[in-house]
Amino acid sequence: MKIRHLFIANRGEIAVRILRTAQQLGIETTLGVSDADLDAVPARLADHCVRIGPAAAAHSYLDIGAVIRAAGTAAADALHPGYGFLSENPALASACEAAGLVFVGPTAATLEAVGDKLRAREHAAAAGVPVLPGAAVASLGECEPLLRTLGFPVLVKAVGGGGGRGLRRVDSPAQLVAQLELAISEANAAFGDPRVYLERYVAGGRHIEVQLLGDETDVVHLGTRDCSVQRRYQKVIEEAPAPGLSAGLEQRLTEAAVALGRRLRYRGAGTVEFLVDAERDAFYFLEVNARIQVEHAVTEMVSGVDLIAEQLAIASGSPLRLTQAQLSIRGHALECRINAEDVDHGLRPSPGRVGRALFPAGAGIRVDTHIEGGSMVPAFYDSLLAKIIAHAADRSGALDRMAAALACCDISGVAVNTALHARILADPEFRRGAVDTGYLQRLLASGRAPARTATG
Amino acid sequence: MLTHEDIEEILRLLDATPLDELELQTEHFKLTLRRSPAGRGWTQERQTRGEPNMLGAGTPPVASAAGPTASAAAPAPAGLNGALEIRSPLVGSFYRAPKPGAAPFVEVGTLVSADTVVAIIETMKLMNSVHAGVAGRVVEICIDDGGVVEQHQVLMRLAPPET
Repeated sequence: MKIRHLFIANRGEIAVRILRTAQQLGIETTLGVSDADLDAVPARLADHCVRIGPAAAAHSYLDIGAVIRAAGTAAADALHPGYGFLSENPALASACEAAGLVFVGPTAATLEAVGDKLRAREHAAAAGVPVLPGAAVASLGECEPLLRTLGFPVLVKAVGGGGGRGLRRVDSPAQLVAQLELAISEANAAFGDPRVYLERYVAGGRHIEVQLLGDETDVVHLGTRDCSVQRRYQKVIEEAPAPGLSAGLEQRLTEAAVALGRRLRYRGAGTVEFLVDAERDAFYFLEVNARIQVEHAVTEMVSGVDLIAEQLAIASGSPLRLTQAQLSIRGHALECRINAEDVDHGLRPSPGRVGRALFPAGAGIRVDTHIEGGSMVPAFYDSLLAKIIAHAADRSGALDRMAAALACCDISGVAVNTALHARILADPEFRRGAVDTGYLQRLLASGRAPARTATG
Repeated sequence: MLTHEDIEEILRLLDATPLDELELQTEHFKLTLRRSPAGRGWTQERQTRGEPNMLGAGTPPVASAAGPTASAAAPAPAGLNGALEIRSPLVGSFYRAPKPGAAPFVEVGTLVSADTVVAIIETMKLMNSVHAGVAGRVVEICIDDGGVVEQHQVLMRLAPPET
């Protein structure tokens, strides 16, 4: 079925990103907006807007009934959930089906299978993808035999978690009881599911993921991304392709992701995340992200594929439009997440009204943003203001292009983390490539000479 | 909406000219491209024009819709005789307990010291602990659980500790 009118159940930069492709394709657009976003840039760019509720996300962007009613008011024929919020909620996919709306994403059954981290692990293992030693625990008694195999430190993960939330590292047996209890109550509060599991903790690992597209029959991959530059499990800089992988390891990663995608009969755009132990040439399954991701832009830059357009084509019933042989990776791309955070005060969130917003422009530079001079950055949602993306023929060119682009970035009114990015880009360890997930925390703790800071 | 490819194309043309600035205006947007003062590359500044086109009634507004209210923004009235105030370090949502259903950190009458956690302010999905900052006995909790507060807004009042 051809999509004529798309309802966007999201906000911020991803709402702008989806609007851009939909408008290029001649698809009419309606955006669901909360009271905090009535006057935001995405609301001005959409053909129509429907109010979905108050500012608090629980009563607007997370309210399935309100979202479905708004899509009905718009008489839309399809719904794009973006990322975060309800994007991986099987109940939204089912509600769309019941309301006669095309859900731009995987089937509800796939969302259920990969949203439960234990079931996702089982699928990965069945597809021949290595998983870390670990298992579910229902009681402390069950932990003891398991911990004899796993050792310390060990990660406690929420079965309903994901996206870096619901994780706790336990370093010693003395901490176990308290940490386990905290993890269970947190998992229950955050995900409505108290189940947790233990998994071996790998130090010095890299976070590498593979972008997939599937049409329930076939699956192709669009190469790797490296998202190891993280703070509190949240990604800060991403790049494509992952640097410094042996050709053999890269091939095994992409093959493993495709094998899992095929087993799930995956539909739409998705990502398989891995923990990579490059020194031992080994990798382990982490999770499947059954949605478009924040960092999809770096893959678009190196593959030349508009992933939102492919999502819409697949949702409208088209088979994959590209074969694996037609896909190739050109050059290298980096993405810096510009957040409303105060670098001088421990990256404290900094909501408020933007004064002016000057972004870089030029060859190989792309900026995905939802803010401009005068925009209000509400305290109700995440702090992502913009993604600066730099593409060049090789990694060194992309690093230089990004450093110059950051120097052109000047945002007033709210504090932004541009200086942190400049510092990372100037750091020899990051420039060499292949840093691990502990890198950023070490850099912040080391007090290693900050780079000459960018403007602002 | 212009894409980054469109802007690259425009800048390729501009780069061959001595021009330092270009302003493009349509009914939908204003885009200003400038050579950056550093002499390396260009900056872009956008303004989206036009008003949102609201459809239907949607979900009716809720009277208590979360959002800064007039009273929230008003300056805090003078405290009780000799009262001490605990103010919000950030704009955000005010929570009295560590998680839904749990016991509140403090009640009226609780004795606190400077480092006692008295509340949580959720800002941009991050939970920030609020410390009392001073010692005293809680005499008033000024905000309902889940209410929205401005930075520096008074959250609680304390009586000085009995000497």
